[in-house]
Amino acid sequence: MDIASFKVIVFIIAALVAVATSVLMVTRKNPVHSALWMIVTFFAVAVIYLLLNAQFIAVAQVMVYAGAIMMLILFVIMLVHMERGEEGEAGKARRSAKTRIAWALLTIVLFVEVLFGALFFRMTGRIGAYPAEMVNKVGNVKTIGSLLYGQYLFPFEIASILLLVGIVGAVVIVKRK
Amino acid sequence: MLQEIPAGFCFVLSGVLFTIGAIGAILRRNVIVVFMCIELMLNAVNLVFIAAAKALSSMDGSVFVFFIMTVAAVEAAVGLAIFVMVFRLQNTVNPYEINLLKG
Repeated sequence: MDIASFKVIVFIIAALVAVATSVLMVTRKNPVHSALWMIVTFFAVAVIYLLLNAQFIAVAQVMVYAGAIMMLILFVIMLVHMERGEEGEAGKARRSAKTRIAWALLTIVLFVEVLFGALFFRMTGRIGAYPAEMVNKVGNVKTIGSLLYGQYLFPFEIASILLLVGIVGAVVIVKRK
Repeated sequence: MLQEIPAGFCFVLSGVLFTIGAIGAILRRNVIVVFMCIELMLNAVNLVFIAAAKALSSMDGSVFVFFIMTVAAVEAAVGLAIFVMVFRLQNTVNPYEINLLKG
Protein backbone atom coordinates (compact mmCIF):
# COMPACT_ATOMS: atom_id res chain seq x y z
CA MET A 1 0.00 0.00 0.00
CA ASP A 2 1.41 3.36 -0.96
CA ILE A 3 1.63 6.26 1.45
CA ALA A 4 -1.12 8.40 -0.15
CA SER A 5 -3.87 5.80 0.21
CA PHE A 6 -2.64 5.08 3.74
CA LYS A 7 -3.09 8.78 4.56
CA VAL A 8 -6.61 8.77 3.15
CA ILE A 9 -7.52 5.67 5.17
CA VAL A 10 -6.17 7.23 8.37
CA PHE A 11 -8.10 10.43 7.57
CA ILE A 12 -11.36 8.54 7.10
CA ILE A 13 -10.90 6.60 10.35
CA ALA A 14 -10.06 9.78 12.30
CA ALA A 15 -13.01 11.62 10.75
CA LEU A 16 -15.42 8.83 11.67
CA VAL A 17 -14.06 8.74 15.22
CA ALA A 18 -14.39 12.53 15.52
CA VAL A 19 -17.99 12.57 14.30
CA ALA A 20 -19.05 9.56 16.39
CA THR A 21 -17.49 10.85 19.61
CA SER A 22 -18.88 14.36 19.11
CA VAL A 23 -22.36 12.87 18.67
CA LEU A 24 -21.80 10.86 21.86
CA MET A 25 -20.60 14.06 23.58
CA VAL A 26 -23.82 15.86 22.68
CA THR A 27 -26.15 13.01 23.59
CA ARG A 28 -24.74 11.76 26.93
CA LYS A 29 -26.81 12.76 29.98
CA ASN A 30 -23.89 12.75 32.42
CA PRO A 31 -21.67 15.80 31.84
CA VAL A 32 -18.56 13.87 32.93
CA HIS A 33 -19.15 11.33 30.14
CA SER A 34 -19.62 14.18 27.65
CA ALA A 35 -16.32 15.72 28.74
CA LEU A 36 -14.47 12.40 28.33
CA TRP A 37 -15.91 11.83 24.83
CA MET A 38 -14.94 15.40 23.99
CA ILE A 39 -11.31 14.55 24.80
CA VAL A 40 -11.46 11.67 22.27
CA THR A 41 -12.85 14.11 19.67
CA PHE A 42 -9.93 16.46 20.28
CA PHE A 43 -7.44 13.63 19.82
CA ALA A 44 -9.08 12.60 16.53
CA VAL A 45 -8.93 16.18 15.26
CA ALA A 46 -5.26 16.31 16.32
CA VAL A 47 -4.62 13.25 14.11
CA ILE A 48 -6.20 15.12 11.19
CA TYR A 49 -3.94 18.12 11.89
CA LEU A 50 -0.96 15.78 11.68
CA LEU A 51 -2.18 14.50 8.31
CA LEU A 52 -2.54 18.10 7.12
CA ASN A 53 1.13 18.74 7.93
CA ALA A 54 0.48 21.01 10.95
CA GLN A 55 2.51 19.24 13.63
CA PHE A 56 2.81 22.23 15.96
CA ILE A 57 -0.95 22.81 15.95
CA ALA A 58 -1.58 19.09 16.55
CA VAL A 59 0.62 19.08 19.66
CA ALA A 60 -0.87 22.39 20.85
CA GLN A 61 -4.35 20.93 20.35
CA VAL A 62 -3.54 17.97 22.59
CA MET A 63 -1.87 20.16 25.22
CA VAL A 64 -4.26 23.14 25.26
CA TYR A 65 -7.62 21.55 24.48
CA ALA A 66 -7.36 17.94 25.60
CA GLY A 67 -5.05 18.82 28.47
CA ALA A 68 -5.77 22.25 29.91
CA ILE A 69 -9.30 23.18 28.87
CA MET A 70 -10.88 19.76 29.40
CA MET A 71 -9.10 19.44 32.75
CA LEU A 72 -10.62 22.79 33.74
CA ILE A 73 -14.08 21.72 32.56
CA LEU A 74 -13.88 18.39 34.41
CA PHE A 75 -12.71 20.24 37.51
CA VAL A 76 -15.70 22.59 37.37
CA ILE A 77 -18.13 19.71 36.70
CA MET A 78 -16.91 18.00 39.85
CA LEU A 79 -16.86 21.27 41.83
CA VAL A 80 -20.42 22.15 40.78
CA HIS A 81 -22.01 18.85 41.69
CA MET A 82 -24.57 18.15 39.01
CA GLU A 83 -26.43 15.14 40.33
CA ARG A 84 -29.63 17.08 39.64
CA GLY A 85 -28.27 17.61 36.17
CA GLU A 86 -30.44 19.28 33.61
CA GLU A 87 -33.55 17.25 34.35
CA GLY A 88 -34.68 19.54 37.16
CA GLU A 89 -36.38 21.61 34.52
CA ALA A 90 -39.14 24.12 35.08
CA GLY A 91 -42.27 24.44 32.98
CA LYS A 92 -40.73 27.47 31.31
CA ALA A 93 -37.87 25.43 29.88
CA ARG A 94 -40.23 22.72 28.66
CA ARG A 95 -42.35 25.27 26.85
CA SER A 96 -39.36 26.50 24.85
CA ALA A 97 -38.41 22.97 23.72
CA LYS A 98 -40.39 23.20 20.45
CA THR A 99 -38.72 26.50 19.57
CA ARG A 100 -35.30 25.05 20.21
CA ILE A 101 -36.00 21.99 18.04
CA ALA A 102 -37.12 24.34 15.27
CA TRP A 103 -33.81 26.21 15.53
CA ALA A 104 -31.92 22.89 15.42
CA LEU A 105 -33.75 21.95 12.19
CA LEU A 106 -32.82 25.34 10.74
CA THR A 107 -29.20 24.56 11.64
CA ILE A 108 -29.44 21.33 9.64
CA VAL A 109 -30.73 23.30 6.63
CA LEU A 110 -27.71 25.61 6.95
CA PHE A 111 -25.48 22.51 7.16
CA VAL A 112 -26.83 21.23 3.84
CA GLU A 113 -25.93 24.58 2.30
CA VAL A 114 -22.41 24.31 3.74
CA LEU A 115 -22.19 20.80 2.31
CA PHE A 116 -23.02 22.06 -1.18
CA GLY A 117 -20.46 24.82 -0.75
CA ALA A 118 -17.79 22.33 0.33
CA LEU A 119 -18.51 19.94 -2.52
CA PHE A 120 -18.63 22.47 -5.36
CA PHE A 121 -16.15 25.12 -4.20
CA ARG A 122 -13.29 26.50 -6.26
CA MET A 123 -10.25 27.46 -4.24
CA THR A 124 -9.46 31.12 -4.81
CA GLY A 125 -6.79 33.26 -3.23
CA ARG A 126 -3.09 33.63 -3.72
CA ILE A 127 -0.78 30.67 -3.28
CA GLY A 128 1.38 31.32 -0.22
CA ALA A 129 5.12 31.16 0.14
CA TYR A 130 5.25 28.02 2.33
CA PRO A 131 4.84 24.79 0.32
CA ALA A 132 4.94 21.61 2.39
CA GLU A 133 8.39 20.44 1.21
CA MET A 134 10.01 23.74 2.19
CA VAL A 135 8.31 23.82 5.59
CA ASN A 136 9.34 20.23 6.25
CA LYS A 137 12.94 21.08 5.37
CA VAL A 138 13.08 23.98 7.85
CA GLY A 139 10.75 22.45 10.41
CA ASN A 140 7.13 23.26 11.16
CA VAL A 141 7.70 24.69 14.64
CA LYS A 142 10.63 26.82 13.49
CA THR A 143 8.58 28.31 10.65
CA ILE A 144 5.64 29.17 12.93
CA GLY A 145 8.02 30.55 15.54
CA SER A 146 9.76 32.87 13.11
CA LEU A 147 6.36 34.08 11.87
CA LEU A 148 5.05 34.63 15.41
CA TYR A 149 8.11 36.58 16.50
CA GLY A 150 8.41 38.43 13.19
CA GLN A 151 5.37 39.29 11.12
CA TYR A 152 2.85 38.59 13.89
CA LEU A 153 4.76 40.02 16.86
CA PHE A 154 2.14 42.62 17.81
CA PRO A 155 -0.86 40.21 17.80
CA PHE A 156 1.30 37.79 19.81
CA GLU A 157 1.88 40.42 22.50
CA ILE A 158 -1.82 41.30 22.49
CA ALA A 159 -2.59 37.59 23.00
CA SER A 160 -0.28 37.47 26.02
CA ILE A 161 -2.00 40.55 27.51
CA LEU A 162 -5.35 38.84 26.86
CA LEU A 163 -4.17 35.79 28.81
CA LEU A 164 -3.08 38.00 31.70
CA VAL A 165 -6.46 39.78 31.73
CA GLY A 166 -8.18 36.39 31.65
CA ILE A 167 -6.23 35.14 34.68
CA VAL A 168 -6.98 38.28 36.69
CA GLY A 169 -10.63 38.29 35.57
CA ALA A 170 -11.19 34.66 36.58
CA VAL A 171 -9.72 35.29 40.04
CA VAL A 172 -11.78 38.47 40.53
CA ILE A 173 -15.03 36.82 39.42
CA VAL A 174 -14.85 33.85 41.78
CA LYS A 175 -13.54 35.82 44.78
CA ARG A 176 -16.03 35.94 47.64
CA LYS A 177 -16.97 39.38 48.87
CA MET B 1 -4.67 7.77 -6.81
CA LEU B 2 -5.01 10.71 -4.48
CA GLN B 3 -1.71 12.38 -3.70
CA GLU B 4 -2.98 14.33 -0.70
CA ILE B 5 -6.18 14.58 1.29
CA PRO B 6 -8.50 16.87 -0.71
CA ALA B 7 -9.45 20.09 1.07
CA GLY B 8 -13.12 19.35 0.38
CA PHE B 9 -13.03 16.30 2.69
CA CYS B 10 -11.78 18.48 5.54
CA PHE B 11 -14.39 21.14 4.83
CA VAL B 12 -17.19 18.56 4.91
CA LEU B 13 -15.87 17.06 8.17
CA SER B 14 -15.60 20.53 9.66
CA GLY B 15 -19.18 21.33 8.62
CA VAL B 16 -20.41 18.12 10.25
CA LEU B 17 -18.57 18.87 13.51
CA PHE B 18 -19.79 22.48 13.51
CA THR B 19 -23.39 21.38 12.98
CA ILE B 20 -23.19 18.81 15.77
CA GLY B 21 -21.77 21.49 18.07
CA ALA B 22 -24.43 24.04 17.09
CA ILE B 23 -27.29 21.57 17.58
CA GLY B 24 -25.86 20.56 20.94
CA ALA B 25 -25.52 24.18 22.00
CA ILE B 26 -29.16 24.79 21.04
CA LEU B 27 -30.70 21.64 22.50
CA ARG B 28 -28.78 20.91 25.71
CA ARG B 29 -29.89 22.42 29.02
CA ASN B 30 -26.62 22.26 30.92
CA VAL B 31 -24.34 25.29 30.69
CA ILE B 32 -21.16 23.24 30.84
CA VAL B 33 -22.23 20.93 28.01
CA VAL B 34 -23.27 24.01 25.99
CA PHE B 35 -19.79 25.39 26.68
CA MET B 36 -18.17 22.16 25.42
CA CYS B 37 -20.30 22.38 22.27
CA ILE B 38 -18.97 25.89 21.68
CA GLU B 39 -15.42 24.53 22.03
CA LEU B 40 -16.30 21.87 19.43
CA MET B 41 -17.48 24.59 17.04
CA LEU B 42 -14.22 26.51 17.56
CA ASN B 43 -12.34 23.31 16.76
CA ALA B 44 -14.29 22.85 13.51
CA VAL B 45 -13.31 26.38 12.47
CA ASN B 46 -9.67 25.61 13.31
CA LEU B 47 -9.86 22.59 11.02
CA VAL B 48 -11.04 24.78 8.12
CA PHE B 49 -8.16 27.20 8.75
CA ILE B 50 -5.59 24.40 8.65
CA ALA B 51 -7.10 22.70 5.60
CA ALA B 52 -7.33 25.94 3.61
CA ALA B 53 -3.79 26.92 4.58
CA LYS B 54 -2.58 23.50 3.41
CA ALA B 55 -4.41 23.82 0.11
CA LEU B 56 -2.95 27.30 -0.48
CA SER B 57 0.48 26.25 0.88
CA SER B 58 0.40 29.12 3.36
CA MET B 59 1.47 29.25 7.01
CA ASP B 60 -1.03 31.88 8.17
CA GLY B 61 -3.60 29.20 9.01
CA SER B 62 -1.40 27.74 11.75
CA VAL B 63 -0.69 31.19 13.21
CA PHE B 64 -4.39 32.08 13.28
CA VAL B 65 -5.27 28.74 14.89
CA PHE B 66 -2.65 29.51 17.53
CA PHE B 67 -4.42 32.79 18.33
CA ILE B 68 -7.84 31.11 18.33
CA MET B 69 -6.51 28.58 20.85
CA THR B 70 -5.29 31.42 23.07
CA VAL B 71 -8.70 33.06 22.98
CA ALA B 72 -10.40 29.71 23.65
CA ALA B 73 -8.22 29.15 26.73
CA VAL B 74 -9.04 32.61 28.11
CA GLU B 75 -12.71 32.06 27.34
CA ALA B 76 -12.64 28.74 29.20
CA ALA B 77 -11.06 30.29 32.29
CA VAL B 78 -13.44 33.27 32.48
CA GLY B 79 -16.54 31.32 31.44
CA LEU B 80 -16.01 28.56 33.99
CA ALA B 81 -15.38 31.19 36.69
CA ILE B 82 -18.74 32.75 35.78
CA PHE B 83 -20.43 29.32 35.96
CA VAL B 84 -18.99 28.66 39.41
CA MET B 85 -20.20 32.07 40.61
CA VAL B 86 -23.68 31.63 39.11
CA PHE B 87 -24.01 28.15 40.62
CA ARG B 88 -23.03 29.56 43.99
CA LEU B 89 -25.70 32.28 43.74
CA GLN B 90 -28.55 30.42 42.02
CA ASN B 91 -27.81 26.73 42.57
CA THR B 92 -28.66 25.72 38.99
CA VAL B 93 -26.81 24.79 35.80
CA ASN B 94 -29.82 25.24 33.51
CA PRO B 95 -29.15 28.23 31.24
CA TYR B 96 -32.88 28.88 30.94
CA GLU B 97 -33.23 29.41 34.71
CA ILE B 98 -30.26 31.76 35.06
CA ASN B 99 -31.72 35.27 35.10
CA LEU B 100 -29.42 37.27 37.35
CA LEU B 101 -29.41 40.24 35.00
CA LYS B 102 -33.20 40.46 34.75
CA GLY B 103 -34.47 43.39 36.81
